[in-house]
Amino acid sequence: MTAEATQKFGVYLHVPFCVRRCDYCSFATWTDRGHLIDEYLAACRTQARTASTNLPDITSVFIGGGTPNLVPADTLMSIFRELPIAPTAEFTVECNPDLVDGQQMETYVAAGVNRVSLGVQSMVPHVLTSLGRDHNPRNVHEAVQTIREAGIAHLNLDLIYGAKGESISDWKTSVESALALRPEHLSTYALTVEPGTPLADDRDRHPEDDDQADKYLLADELISSAGLANYEISNWAQPGEHCQHNMLYWTQGEYLGLGVAAHSHLAQRRFWSMRTPERFIKAITEGSSVEAGAEKLDPDAWALEGRQLAIRTSEGVLEEFVSDEVQHLTESSEVAGKVKLTVEGRLLANEVSIRLQ
Amino acid sequence: MDLTRIRNFSIIAHIDHGKSTLSDRILEITGAVDARSMRAQYLDSMELERERGITIKAQNVRVNWKGHVLHLIDTPGHVDFGYEVSRSLAACEGVVLLVDAAQGIEAQTLANCYLAIENDMEIVPVLNKIDLPAADPDLYASEIENVLGLPADAVLHISAKTGDGVAELLDAIVERIPPPKGDADAPLQALIFDSYFDKYRGVVSSMRVVNGRIRTNEKLRFMQTGGTHDAEEIGVRSPAITPVNELGPGEVGYLIASIKDVAQAKSGETVTTVRNPAEQSLDGYADPKPMVFCGLYPVDGDEYPDLREALQKLKLNDASVTFEPETSGALGFGFRCGFLGLLHMEIVRERLEREFTLSLIATAPSVAYKVTTDDGSTMVIDNPSELPDMGTVETIEEPMLRIGVLTPSNYTGTVMELCQGRRGKMIRMEYLSPERVELHYEIPLAEVVTDFFDQLKSRTQGYASLDYEPAGYQAGKLVKVDVLLNGEPVDAFSTIVHSDAAYEYGRRMAEKLQELIPRQMFDVPIQAAIGGRIIARETVKAKRKDVLAKCYGGDITRKRKLLEQQKKGKKKMKAIGRVEVPNEAFVSALRLDD
Repeated sequence: MTAEATQKFGVYLHVPFCVRRCDYCSFATWTDRGHLIDEYLAACRTQARTASTNLPDITSVFIGGGTPNLVPADTLMSIFRELPIAPTAEFTVECNPDLVDGQQMETYVAAGVNRVSLGVQSMVPHVLTSLGRDHNPRNVHEAVQTIREAGIAHLNLDLIYGAKGESISDWKTSVESALALRPEHLSTYALTVEPGTPLADDRDRHPEDDDQADKYLLADELISSAGLANYEISNWAQPGEHCQHNMLYWTQGEYLGLGVAAHSHLAQRRFWSMRTPERFIKAITEGSSVEAGAEKLDPDAWALEGRQLAIRTSEGVLEEFVSDEVQHLTESSEVAGKVKLTVEGRLLANEVSIRLQ
Repeated sequence: MDLTRIRNFSIIAHIDHGKSTLSDRILEITGAVDARSMRAQYLDSMELERERGITIKAQNVRVNWKGHVLHLIDTPGHVDFGYEVSRSLAACEGVVLLVDAAQGIEAQTLANCYLAIENDMEIVPVLNKIDLPAADPDLYASEIENVLGLPADAVLHISAKTGDGVAELLDAIVERIPPPKGDADAPLQALIFDSYFDKYRGVVSSMRVVNGRIRTNEKLRFMQTGGTHDAEEIGVRSPAITPVNELGPGEVGYLIASIKDVAQAKSGETVTTVRNPAEQSLDGYADPKPMVFCGLYPVDGDEYPDLREALQKLKLNDASVTFEPETSGALGFGFRCGFLGLLHMEIVRERLEREFTLSLIATAPSVAYKVTTDDGSTMVIDNPSELPDMGTVETIEEPMLRIGVLTPSNYTGTVMELCQGRRGKMIRMEYLSPERVELHYEIPLAEVVTDFFDQLKSRTQGYASLDYEPAGYQAGKLVKVDVLLNGEPVDAFSTIVHSDAAYEYGRRMAEKLQELIPRQMFDVPIQAAIGGRIIARETVKAKRKDVLAKCYGGDITRKRKLLEQQKKGKKKMKAIGRVEVPNEAFVSALRLDD
């Protein structure tokens, strides 16, 4: 961060389109609405233009999905011409490795993108199949090469652990192969059964807590040894490579969400937009609000939320807030007077969170 | 009304032998309910009865037949409800003995029939379902003759389903059952044989006028309680509720007297008038003795007062339920309740949950033990957690039953095996016919209250039937099994069992709880113990992972709500020492059926 960006402010854009849907996914995304892409991006651009009049300088941009690199790169990037993005802003695009190409990356970089987050999930073919993904791990190597050649200096890889049939050694392979690609940032997520997904209906494939705990501990060991430090439960980074945008989430920072099912946080008010692209396009066209819900917390709830988020990070919370019952799951953080979760504690973060004062 | 034109009768039948169908057909043939508006099994008005296909509450209905008034007083058809049967019989002069022509008479029907014979009642034997291909009316008519001494040629053959023979049955009721006796000019004596609480009308009582007349607006005295109430409305069910101005001797109807407190209109109460009171009350009923006990606790402790009110209301309908407050370390405030049997217990619990929208935890059923300690004192204990330290216990005596099992003779072996496996001692065995045998056993009640009846049914493909009567107390090799969570005994899971069955109970309970108790922040040992001796052990391993993985697109709200939910869920758990046990775990662990 540079000196002029004193106040941090993020923008998130949601791209709700995918080639196929992973069967554990509960996000707002569609595989059958390709015909809406142009209209949708145009609506997002209108939304950005309207919002831009009273925005502070934007210090981070995150384009997530869905599959952002499924849609035309130049149209996607044109949305951000409407916004006051600081020249030093972190600008991330989530990409599916199968769809990465050089032209696309050049367009991104020309528009200011400096960070790519690749949805790798696993580097083991049978685990990918089990997750309902069909890319070939080789594509990941090619995609990383293309991304690096385009001049992207900040790379994140996402991994998921706990799929049915994934052995400990499969997981080790995935983590080591990912680390071998020299990413600046690595996220590992425990496969989570979300209600309403095909995975939820297939009990036989539900992950087991003990297996996921073992895998988390292994990942933490391997990733830390490779020089990436854990700074949030699911996130590790080389020094100075924390994801600025995600840090806004953990620190109750402010951000504006564009597109469907996008969350915003402005002046202690959290609100989110409608879920389907059709309704969103219609509302933008008609000039009506796209807000689907909102909440404003009272000061106590706000303060507690702040601690519940902070306990997830390596900065942690003031020791006095942690209940005696779970103190053994915490240790001193680098900030004086504060404690953070131990690695076992991170696995039991909810237990600590619900007991925070 | 002319007494000679009144007939009061009950139908005694085994479950499934067609009593409700016959009642429906009688309503239809007498024109009380027209065929189009006929709702199948009209008399089974309680939702629960309809679902289970059995009649629980005594109901009554008035029909007209060839210049006569017939009161049909319904009786329950299950082994647990002998008490209600005897109450219904007290309002009648005769009974219709209804027997399935393809199955023959069943043990309980036999017992109720003996009850009717003892009360000098006229019995009209009927074989039902003669339309079935498997019907063998001649065989079962001769069985009735052998067993009950009723001539085979007096047995009517009907099909309640098709209506065949039902008119002839009604004629036989008029011909054979004597009219009631009573003095219309004597002071009023009316017997209450059933009451229920209606939330709009207050207490509604079913009554049989024995002497005198009861009139609307008359000031009434209830002779047992001493209370006075105005007869706000009297009437008959035909089957629609029909108010009348007056009911005379022999007539059966209902009474509404602005009674709010359920204890003021008990079954067995005699009603007379304030103006011209009777000198003597009628014979009431002996209070039925509960045989099976369990603790009932609200899942939500705040519902304790609601549970008390519900039990009070239920008790008016069902005087056989007993309850008194008790406190459990694990479950909080609740009631120790007594029931006539297991089915009765289940039905009461279901009624409490359905009719009063309560959510309940029931502890393991228990019987009442007589415990003698080394200082010579004796106490009766119906809650295992009240058992004194086993070191001071000299003897534990348990209640015994004399049971009769009627079964097709080809199942004799499997029935004997069941009874012996439940510590039964055979008293005798009688052949009713070459195909049917009655086995008599003395058996501990505790062995019958678990799942004896279900076992009996499944081993005999539903053919065997059971009747029982209490047979005193006998000392047994009984022990108390405690279940400990993290070293702390959980009173709700304690039970008294025969020492041979202790290990099995302990193992099963520990295994069940191991599955039901969620992982905690530390290892939780689950132990079953007799005194200080551990007989079974399982461990719920400490939880290792409980974390929300992802925060997608800045959706902090969802994350916070999930944590709030988890926090709320924690509050709903019962704390046993440091162990948090979800209410559902108590409910499931104590469920009987698995």
